[in-house]
Parts: sequence; structure tokens; C-alpha cells
Amino acid sequence: MAENNATVENNTTVEETKEEVAPVEKKGGKKHIIVDPITRIEGHLRIEAVIDENNTIVDAFSSSTMFRGMETIMKGRDPRDCGLMAMRICGVCTGTHYQRSIEAVEDAFNVTIPKNARIVRNLIQGALYMHDHLVHFYHLHALDFVDVIDATKADPKKTAEEAVKWAGVSGHKPYISAEADFKAVQDRLVKFANEGRLGIFGNGYWGNKNYHLTPEQNLIGVAHYLKALDIQRDLAKMQAIFGGKNPHPQSIVVGGVTCVQDIKNPARIALFKQLLKDGREFIKGAYLPDVYMAGTMYAKEATDSDATYTATKGKGVGGTGGGILNYMSYGDFKLDDTGFYNAEDLFPSGIVMGGDVSKVLEVDSQKITEDVAHAWYEGTGKPEHPYVGTTIPKYTGLDKRDDGYAYLKTEEKYSWIKAPLYNGEKMEVGPLARMVVGYAKGDKRITKYVANFLKRSGLPITVLFSTVGRTAGRAIETELMSDVMMDWVDELAKNVANGDDSTWTEFDFDEVSVDCKGAGMAEAPRGALGHWMVIKDGKVTNYQAIVPSTWNAGPRDEKGQLGAYEAALIGTKVADPEQPLEIIRTIHSFDPCIACAVHVMDTKGKELAVYKVDPTCAF
Amino acid sequence: MAVDKQESVKSLFTAQSAKVDTNRGDAYYEKLYAQCRARLDELKELAPLNNRMDFKESIEDEGLDRRDFLKWASATTAMLMLPASFTPLVADAAVMMNRVPVVWIELSDCAGNTEALIRSDGPKIDEIILDIISLEFNETLLAASGHQAEKQLEDAIEHFKGKYLLFVEGAVPMGMDGQYGTIGASGETFHDHLQRIAKDAAAIVAVGSCATFGGIPAAAPNPTDAKGVMDVVKGKPIINIPACPANPSNMVGVILHYVLTGSIPELDSLLRPKFAFGYRIHDNCERRAHFDAGEYVEEWGDEGAKNNFCLYKVGCKGPMTFNNCSIIRYNEGVNWPVGVGRGCIGCSEPDFWDKYAYERPMANANIKAPTGGVEKTVDEFGLGLLTAAGVGIAIHAAASAVAGKKESEKEA
Repeated sequence: MAENNATVENNTTVEETKEEVAPVEKKGGKKHIIVDPITRIEGHLRIEAVIDENNTIVDAFSSSTMFRGMETIMKGRDPRDCGLMAMRICGVCTGTHYQRSIEAVEDAFNVTIPKNARIVRNLIQGALYMHDHLVHFYHLHALDFVDVIDATKADPKKTAEEAVKWAGVSGHKPYISAEADFKAVQDRLVKFANEGRLGIFGNGYWGNKNYHLTPEQNLIGVAHYLKALDIQRDLAKMQAIFGGKNPHPQSIVVGGVTCVQDIKNPARIALFKQLLKDGREFIKGAYLPDVYMAGTMYAKEATDSDATYTATKGKGVGGTGGGILNYMSYGDFKLDDTGFYNAEDLFPSGIVMGGDVSKVLEVDSQKITEDVAHAWYEGTGKPEHPYVGTTIPKYTGLDKRDDGYAYLKTEEKYSWIKAPLYNGEKMEVGPLARMVVGYAKGDKRITKYVANFLKRSGLPITVLFSTVGRTAGRAIETELMSDVMMDWVDELAKNVANGDDSTWTEFDFDEVSVDCKGAGMAEAPRGALGHWMVIKDGKVTNYQAIVPSTWNAGPRDEKGQLGAYEAALIGTKVADPEQPLEIIRTIHSFDPCIACAVHVMDTKGKELAVYKVDPTCAF
Repeated sequence: MAVDKQESVKSLFTAQSAKVDTNRGDAYYEKLYAQCRARLDELKELAPLNNRMDFKESIEDEGLDRRDFLKWASATTAMLMLPASFTPLVADAAVMMNRVPVVWIELSDCAGNTEALIRSDGPKIDEIILDIISLEFNETLLAASGHQAEKQLEDAIEHFKGKYLLFVEGAVPMGMDGQYGTIGASGETFHDHLQRIAKDAAAIVAVGSCATFGGIPAAAPNPTDAKGVMDVVKGKPIINIPACPANPSNMVGVILHYVLTGSIPELDSLLRPKFAFGYRIHDNCERRAHFDAGEYVEEWGDEGAKNNFCLYKVGCKGPMTFNNCSIIRYNEGVNWPVGVGRGCIGCSEPDFWDKYAYERPMANANIKAPTGGVEKTVDEFGLGLLTAAGVGIAIHAAASAVAGKKESEKEA
């Protein structure tokens, strides 16, 4: 078992916590915890948390500790080349920045892509959603719920019965149901555990009392973790069929796609469909049942309205890990060919405030501002719209203390991520936001899937406003996507069979690229993603992106409003302060992508250029 | 999988332009065979370093077809440019890959290479990362966070001192005293982190274009002064596996080679293994016949595109790029950038973002190209292309020969 090695400091010197977020009496005995690196994420992230004498988190800080300066790199390039570079923002949600960047150019050039290209792009991104959500759940998140070592105690026969039970709740056949299969996995695991080093499972939080699954349920989790390694390879192959490779596909170009021979080849379509079918089997027979299982076993946390950030303001809404409860979606997956911002979306755009699903606000991109009070940039003293803001880096470093640790200077600046605001408020983005907005808007398809999940799990809608709910929202979305993609493949095959093999819309680059600007605002697997581009005489004069993790992982703003990660941690009860299990469980539920959190700076810490449009993001 | 690949491998050895010191002669191979055999026998005596399960057992446990495994071993033997008689050795080496601990760290990266690794298409082995490679540390997959994660890393370094392969993903930001990236509770810079872990590694594998040549963070104007590992770490054997991301077959190939011979594979002047980077994309391209016939895609989606014509005029940099994509492809051989009608962006070459990654031929680049470029019209360039590339190959081959000689002197 892991020794107690967390970086814990008895908090006698830690900054005063703000009254509004820390209702707990400030007696002695508070602990200040540093968790760095946060593993099982994309990128480099640090979380610091203050825990009171009752082991409840009373304050939290999220900091990105890496940046690469990609906006500067884009400047001066041909806009058609930016997509491939923008894609390298992230190798996990691979392809999504690529398409957003290309869409920004198409918006600037006023180019509408052909039907085949629209469907192919939907299939490429849809395959990404399936792949990304699955890998996130099993390989990046599951170990926060599943105690791998405890699975060695399971009874394989009971495990098989348990698997049938949860698949039944989900309304499907279990993907793995034979006792012998569970026994085989367990035998391997026992051998593995008995023989010493555990590799990537080494030094985990095994045995922590906030693991709630039974040994049999844990064994189901382990069996699916291993199987999912196999399934994800096939899901990635789907993206490669029309994208050329995965990670980092290569077939999307300004005006359309290049994979004309692949869409004309019935064998390719058939392979795509077969992989989709197989993947869907796993999603319905393993992923969803596991989420029902985890949702039920962790329902106490998910519905504990005292353990929420909102509880610190009076009445608690939702459960552990809920956070700010403002949900925003830009909308995505175009369902017709009327043009980028005219088409109907699979996931509608909108904003739900405070978890109140009776009202939905429309998204007005003019209301987006950014605040740098706690980010390593000079500010004007108030939040600025991206179009008028400035970026003057001001790295103030970490507070290196005698104990050998370096602490965030939380009273001042402490992250490379800015704090984006919508109409002065913090937002959460992601699959849960898409499901909540779709549900609140009365979207028929989304409402059907969400209602089905709540009915089968027997949980109230407020369960969604929690760590578990975020994970459930992602699973609901994955099932929806795997169903709707079947129709898209058929639509593509039918269109090509009818003689339409057009994949690209012609445009005169020299004519359209003289002086223009455009935006690609849509959805990444992790949430609302926008790329903005200004083009003059065929070259990019400014490039800007606000990525999902900017919204979710950002620090406080000048008013002290917490970022989504920070708020989500407040109120959480921690079983063992030296094992940050509950912290990483909630952080992982957002699916962090922190390479996206990197701003522009030169090697001397000076601004490289003054932009008319502020390069706000984060990558 | 095997059929496609074996055909491709066959074409590798028959293609006219692919004859870059493939056959080293019987004496060479006999000596190498004996060396490998001895190495494997020695490894067999050792318990698995990390007590991981045997790959062989996992094959049996899973009831996998032994023939599939041998097919994979045979394709891999060919990929490593070894004669077919080495196949049983490669199979043995695969079974013993768990004797080599791998520590994988991430610096200024996007996790794309870790993602590529988990797409690895060994034989039908779902658990490649758990059983085949003994992955001691990888941030993207590790269960523990924070201090427990740091401890796991320290344990691995201590336990396998001088024995582990260090895979590095991501560039090293050198600007602002390295503070563009920090990791761990002490706020250690990426640079210091790398140096500390590199110190006790048996060898370093820089994986992906960022760790090898700086990649995207180092693209002009290189805002964070990002560098590749070989420009930062000295006094250690370094193997570069570039490409964005690197092909997982090449990652596994390097580890296999290390297990097989106990030494790093033969490298070219850019420290790339010659088994993977000894040929240009162009040499084995499926659209090569159209290049030779002068049949080009002129713009996306045109009649040429519908007929799989050569992509050179829409910016394919296959003629300038050394990599084995056209042989092994990606995602279990399902497709690759030329297959999908886009063309190659030269991602395994240094500075490719500034030199190659655009959708026009070199002459029509219209890029800032701080590193220069060929300023000719497309037709002029097309005519001179083969000659120019031929010269390129000659230089490349000469440099490789020098590098190879040094390597064999070291081994002797």
C-alpha cells in the first residue's frame, strides 16, 4: 500500500481564505495540499487545496504550469496552413482544433463546404467523440472509481451476475458476461499484484475508503479497462479511414476534405460501419452499464447538496463536485447544408445559469470577456473583450519555501490560463453542458437520451450537477453519438451512390483573402471551442483561440469568482488528506486538456507583438 | 494486417530506389545473429526486471493464434531490415520485452505520442502497454497523482538505475530559465526534470517531432526557445523517432531492437533509426507511378484526386521526407496521409513546420520560411526534383554511413 507521502503542510501561514468560499471556521489545523502533477490528463496541471480540520475542502486553486506560445507561431502564415498547426494544441482531442481553425478560414472566406465534406467531417469528429470519451472514462478517469487491487478479492461467478445486472439496468446485453472471462482477468491481476511492481498502477490510492465499489464491481471495471484498450484502437481506426491517421488526421482542407477515394470505396464505408457497430456494442454493453453502476454506488456523493460550492452561498444545489452550475454550449455537428452558422445543430447552442433548466439564454459572442487579475499577464484593471484586450505577460513565479516545495502565490497571479467570462459570469463547458443545454432547450433527441438515463438509474436530474453527473453526461452523449453516426454513414453512402462525389468547394484564394476575419465556434469533446482569425493580404495577422479548458481550468477573476475546477472542489469531503483521490476524481470529471493553456511570450518575458485582437487563449 | 504489410515489405526490397545498404552480407548477419542469440539467452536467465507477466503467457491466456504472432514477428523482422532467419529471434525478443523497463516523461507536448503508443498494432494484444512494454511511468496513464506520482517515478529510477529506456515526449523550453514549464511540487523546470531522469537512463528515445527537433513549439519564431532532447542532453545514447506523432510501430521496433541486440539500432546523421528512416516516403509511395507518368492532382477534389493521382502539386513533401509511412502506414495499416488524398507534410524532418507543412509545392509556398526554401516555379522544380532528391539521398547515405561506422566501432 502506498505510504503517506502527499505534500502536506500544516497550514499556519497559508493565505486567508475568502469568507464567501470558506464558511468553515478558520481555526488552526487547516492543511494546504499541492497536487502536481495531476496525472491521467492531457498537459501539465497543478491543483492546490486547503482542507479544514473536518477534512473538507474549503478553498482550491487551479494552475497551468506549461505554455508553448502557438498564437505567435501562427502569425504571418498562410491561413490554409494554420489548421494542421492548431491541431497540435492537443494530441488527445486530436482533429478538433484542426477543424475549428479551418472553419474560421471558411467563415472568413464565406465558403460553404459540399454535403460529402460536411458528413465526412461529422464522421471524423464523431469518431473522435466516441474514442475520446471512451478513453477518458476507462483510461483517464475509471481508476478514480475502481480500486484495481480490490478486484483481486472478487468472486468471478458473482462478478458475471453483477455484469448482467448492470447491463440490464442499461437495457443491453453485457459485453463481457462469462464467469471464465472474469476469472481469466482476475488470475492475471492476482499474478500481477503478487509479483511486485505495478507499473502504471503503482503507488495508487488502493484501499482508500472513498472507493465504493464491491470487489466484483471493481473486477468488472478492470476487465473493461483492459478491453477498452482494444476497442479504442478500433475507434481510432474509424478516424483514420477518412482522416489518414490518428492521432493528428490530415484530410481536412479549407473548402472541404481530400478523402475522395475513401468515400467512393464501398469497402471503406463498410469497414467504418463495422467498427462503429463493434464500438457501439461496447458502449452500450460496458460503458453505460459501468456508468450506471458507478452512478449508483457513488450516488451519496452525487446527491450530497451540503458538499457543494453552492452550499457555501446558502442553499446547496446538486452534489459533490457540482461547482458553478453555469453551463454553456456553442453548438455543433451540422445536420444540413445551409452553411456553417445557419445549419441545424445536433447539439444546440445556449446557456443555462445556476442549474436552472427552465430557462435557456442564447449565446452572444460579444459578451465574452477575459480577466487576468490572477493570470500571469498585465491587465487594464477590468475584464476586456478579446477584440480590445491586450496581452502583456507578467510571470511572477512560484513561492519557493524552506520545506522544498513551491507554492502558488494565490493572492496574486498563479496560472498561465486567463479567466474567461460570459456577461461577467464564469461558465462550465463540456459534454454535461451540452446535455443540460439540449435538455433545457427541449431538444427531442437529447431529452430522450437524458430522460432515459435518469429513468433507468432512478436518479433525479440534479444528480447531473456533480462530479458523477459530469461523467454521466459524457456517457449519455457517447451513446447518442454512436447511434446517430449510423445514420450519417448511410447518408454519405447514399449520396455518393447517387453520383455526388464532390468533396471540395472552389474559391479564389487571392481574391477572398485580402482583408477578412472569421470564427470557428463549435464544440470539442471537452466543450465550447472557438478559434478566431484575422487575415490580410493572404496572411494571418492575428490568431486567437479560447478552448474548453480555458473556461473550466481558469483561475479566479478580479471579483474573486472561482473557476469551474476551483468551485467544483469546494465542499468536497476528503477521506485521507494525504491521498488526493477525491480531488483528482472531480478534476478528471472535466477531462482536462491543459496543453491548451499556454499563452504567448518571448524568451525575455516580453510581449512579442501588439495585436489588434488579443490572443486570449490559452495554448 | 499481415497481408498488406508483407506485400509492402516485399515491395520495399524490390523497389529500385530503395536499395540503401539493405543487405549487409552473410558474415555480418551471422555475427549479428550470434550476438542476438547470446543476448537473448542472457536475458532469459534474468527474471523479468519488473516481474511483469510474460508476453508468451499472455498469448496463451488469451488463446491467441500462435500463427498470428509469428506473422507479426515476421513483418516486424522485415521492418527492422533483418533477414527472415531472424524471425524466431524477434519472436523471442518480443516475449522478453518485459525485461526492459520504460520510463516515459512529457515536457512541452500535446500527449499525441502517448496516444499513438496506445494505438500500437502489435499482434492482437489488447494489453500491449501493460504486458509487452513494462511501462514504469507515464503521466497520461499513471493511476497516482501528485506526490505519489513523483514517488513512483523516483522508485523506478532507483530500482532500474542505468537500465531503463527513457522515452521523452515534448520539447524542452529553454527560454526564461526554463520556467515555461514546471512539474512537481517543487516547481522543477522541464529542463531540470529531464536532466535528472536522463542521468540514470540506459538510453534516451526522443519520441515525436517536438522531442527530436523541437517540433511545433520551436516553429518560427520559437517563442519559448524550445529545443529537442539531443540539443540539451549530452553523454547519453539518444535515438530519435520523429514524426507527428511518431509511428507506434517504430517505437516498438526500437525497444525490440534494444532487447534483441542490447544496443541501439543503427542511426542516420539525425540519430533516426535507419530501419525506419532509411527511405523517402516517395520511394515506396503507392501513387509513385502517377508521379513518374506526370499525372497530378491539380486542386482538391478534381478528376486527378478522384483517380488517386500524385499529390506533389498540392503540396506533398514525400520526395523530401525520410520515413516508413508508405510501407507500414498508420492505425494497423488502415490508411495514411497520402492514401487519404492529402499528401505528406514532412513531419519527420527537422523544421518541417517552417519548410514543408503547407498545401502548395515548395515554389508556391507563400510562407515566412525563416529557414529558407526552394524558390523556383513549380515546373522548374518538378524537372529538377529527382536530381535534387538524388543528391539529398547521397548526402544522407554518406552521413548515415559515418554515423553507422561510429556506432559499430563503439560496439566492437
